[in-house]
Amino acid sequence: MTRILAALLAGLVFGVGLIVSQMVVPAKVLGFLDIFGAWDPSLAFVIGGAILVAAPAFALGRRMNAPVLATAFEIPKRSDIDARLLSGAAIFGIGWGLVGLCPGPALTALGFGSTPALLFVAAMIAGMAIYHLMLAPRSPKAAPAPSQEADA
Amino acid sequence: MDEFTPFSALGGGLLIGLSAAVLLLANGRIAGISGILDAALRPKAGEFGWRAAFLVGLLAAAPLMELVGYELPAITIDATLPVIIGAGLLVGFGTRLGSGCTSGHGVCGIGRGSGRSIIATVVFMASAVATLFLVRYILGA
Repeated sequence: MTRILAALLAGLVFGVGLIVSQMVVPAKVLGFLDIFGAWDPSLAFVIGGAILVAAPAFALGRRMNAPVLATAFEIPKRSDIDARLLSGAAIFGIGWGLVGLCPGPALTALGFGSTPALLFVAAMIAGMAIYHLMLAPRSPKAAPAPSQEADA
Repeated sequence: MDEFTPFSALGGGLLIGLSAAVLLLANGRIAGISGILDAALRPKAGEFGWRAAFLVGLLAAAPLMELVGYELPAITIDATLPVIIGAGLLVGFGTRLGSGCTSGHGVCGIGRGSGRSIIATVVFMASAVATLFLVRYILGA
């Protein structure tokens, strides 16, 4: 139960962060991506600020045997750069650059009652479903044996 | 919309980092939104409870902030319906194929020094910049 509450709090703080930073505003995001026009570097401060807190937390986590409320850390172990990673990131970037919404802000924008955000999220979920139907590796999760899923 | 807002951006960023820190140190999990959403929608993935709770918190942020008197920014999306749908499909598909999005790769991945995430972040940033450039200056939309 405490794990659920911790996750609820984390989600809430994440959403507040996206709103305060205006990362939830697509036009603001597009202003950041428009480096050849009237560039607005604000969002570099969002990501920079987030890493500023996250990096020491990960460093601390590495010194702990287990997280406070759970039995084990579940951290991705893969280190290989494969075609899936590169093409997936490139495809994601196209969608992000078209509208200015990535998954976190899109979900947070739902809380604004935004109809375009709702359509975007519905399409995003459909995109995830298409991935699972077409290209998902057989194992349901990033298993400790990454070699099997690298060339699936 | 070209106003530079470094302080609110930094403040919001620190909160996002705090969220990632809470989820990591309390639950031992990565605050990657695309992964959390995707797994929450697939019963086979397991661990539905905390993922659903995280998503509820994310969705509740705007109404709760409005409730305490925070003036929410306007979310205007100029893109046409087909573009919104197409972009959503690409974001959903791409974040699964590439194992993460801005939060999972950009914040948590870089935060833990993952080479995969650093590369992924460079690629999706470059791809987004190129897409916007193409749409805004070449196609003239």
